[in-house]
Amino acid sequence: MIAFLTGPMLWVSLLVFFGGLTVRAVMYVRGLSWQLDRVAYKPHMARGLRGAVHSIRMWLIPGGTYGWRQQPFMAAGFFLFHIGAILLPLFLIGHQELLQMAFGFSLPTLPSSVADTLTVLAIIGGLMLAIRRIALPEVRILTTTYDWFILAISVAPFVTGFIARLHLGNYDFWLTCHILTGEAVLILAPFTKLSHIVLFFMSRGQLGMDYNIKRGGAKRETAFPW
Amino acid sequence: MPQGTFCNTTPIGTEDELKALLGDKGGAQYYEEMKELDVDSDAIAALLEKTCQSRIRTWLEICAHCGMCADSCFLYRVNDRDPKQVPAYKIQSTLGELVKKKGKVTNEFMRHCVDVAWSQCTCCNRCGMYCPHGIDMGVMFSYLRGILNSQGFVPWEMKIGSGMHRVYNAQMDVTTEDWIDTCEWMAEEYEEEWPGLEIPIDKEDADIMYTLNAREPKHYPEDLAEAAILFHLAGENWTVPSTGWEQTSLSMFAGDWAACKMQVESVYNAIEKLRPKRVIGTECGHAHRATVIEGPYWAGREDGLPPAPYIHYVEWVAEALRTGKIKIDPEKKIKEPVTLQDSCNYVRNHGLAKATREIMSYIAEDFREMGPNREHNYCCGGGGGFNGIGKYRKERNKALQTKRDQILATGCKLVIAPCHNCWDAIRDLEEEYEIGIRWSFLKPLLIKMAIVPDHLKLPEE
Repeated sequence: MIAFLTGPMLWVSLLVFFGGLTVRAVMYVRGLSWQLDRVAYKPHMARGLRGAVHSIRMWLIPGGTYGWRQQPFMAAGFFLFHIGAILLPLFLIGHQELLQMAFGFSLPTLPSSVADTLTVLAIIGGLMLAIRRIALPEVRILTTTYDWFILAISVAPFVTGFIARLHLGNYDFWLTCHILTGEAVLILAPFTKLSHIVLFFMSRGQLGMDYNIKRGGAKRETAFPW
Repeated sequence: MPQGTFCNTTPIGTEDELKALLGDKGGAQYYEEMKELDVDSDAIAALLEKTCQSRIRTWLEICAHCGMCADSCFLYRVNDRDPKQVPAYKIQSTLGELVKKKGKVTNEFMRHCVDVAWSQCTCCNRCGMYCPHGIDMGVMFSYLRGILNSQGFVPWEMKIGSGMHRVYNAQMDVTTEDWIDTCEWMAEEYEEEWPGLEIPIDKEDADIMYTLNAREPKHYPEDLAEAAILFHLAGENWTVPSTGWEQTSLSMFAGDWAACKMQVESVYNAIEKLRPKRVIGTECGHAHRATVIEGPYWAGREDGLPPAPYIHYVEWVAEALRTGKIKIDPEKKIKEPVTLQDSCNYVRNHGLAKATREIMSYIAEDFREMGPNREHNYCCGGGGGFNGIGKYRKERNKALQTKRDQILATGCKLVIAPCHNCWDAIRDLEEEYEIGIRWSFLKPLLIKMAIVPDHLKLPEE
């Protein structure tokens, strides 16, 4: 089972993930229209791209925007979860061993103490995001079953992986759960809200372009105050 | 009843139709007819297919339902943090549903959308600044208004407003004749006090072409005279066009995109005909949005720019003060604490916060910022057409409390509002809540403070 999941199934998952998200990104850009969006992308491309990069960058910095500063709890939950969600899959030693086996090369790895800490923090971050969904009326009204599913499937690989790592209960069982949920995330990403993995950059960048091309980019002396 | 006499999918085409609609006081019959209006689901589906592309579809799809937009919305805050006022909820439960159901919705749903689109969002675009994904719900509400409008679901005053543009090329019934008469009248009226004062009409190749808001010639013609006096003081070579002088667009608030195009093209035609070096618009926010920011796109201009450099009045004033074209008498500077209203349409949406602050540095001794301010300022409470819709007066008055409290926190009794919509909202909030403030455009203040050069002074008796 594990051999299949870390063999052919991993290939399929990665292919769907990278292929699917690439398609989403390309489709997004192809669907932009200067007439419908009312943004003259092409004639002001350089200024637009500067706006896009700035807009993305500020939101990737903890406390970089008014929004993050005004909502520290959300910001903490968001960054704790997402930092783990990006670093752990890429640089975990166990994952690198798979990579080495499959492709004969590997990336640098995180020391296990760092990896453990990031995992715990990511789980805490996920819990914080869940708490908001329950506790805050303005988030509760928006929350659907679908949102809970996305949150659950995103946190699941961390929880299952960490249980396996601690050798609590049946190791093989938890490891299988970890691989299954991890691959589920990869396969679902292009078809669900998880597509924000790339569409965040597209959408965030688009609004940055919009502001820098059309909404005052030529007038402001400083970059837009996100 | 598929189509009402007044409430229907046909835009106003003639003066008679417009007068008949105006005759339906308060839209009593109009709103009754709206309850029976058919919904053409196929037409909505086709429109969505054609116009709801990448950007908006992605926005609707990836919204993480995180609620970070809630606090950014002044209407959410002022309405006791009602979860139904969360921007994401407002747009998902209206446009989101419409897209999901591919237009297969009921009349009741459409009327609900009308209420949300015109009384729960002023298209101030503040939420887009606070959404991690950069989802701009103001843009989407404007888009939704267009869809509703195409089905005849639009507040009575909005249908009248865009009808005015279609019939008169102006938001009010000001004909070319009325306009020219007003220019001549104002020039004569003020000439005695300001020798040599002119309002030149249709002068070709002038340095400046001036455009304005139809309310000025219609209700406050002295505003036009004040603009003339300030250009006169600054020694500007300027003109107004006989047609294409109306810079505003109530059709933008109405979502009547065809009327928007007609209106803005009348201004662009005047620019092309008179070939001014640049165009200056009056102290109005949405006029600037309509003609300078959105207008080029309605007119199909690929570079996204008007045919000539087109600036807001505050940019010209800042420049005139900076270059000394207009000099302020230090004795006459505003001594009392004074605050400034940032118009969403040209501050958040066109980056002119610096110009107004530069002006304040010349004219005010005790300028106090509202909080928040600049790009992050709150809507006056009456933007996006909210001021003008009788049906939503109660909701609008509630919305004004945001600005009331911002002004009170500054401790100022004088508010400078270089925007017609903001000016109206602040006037109305004083009427409603009586907090003892005064409010003003820049022009009358500048005239009181400006040093009159010797050669423009009245000859001594």
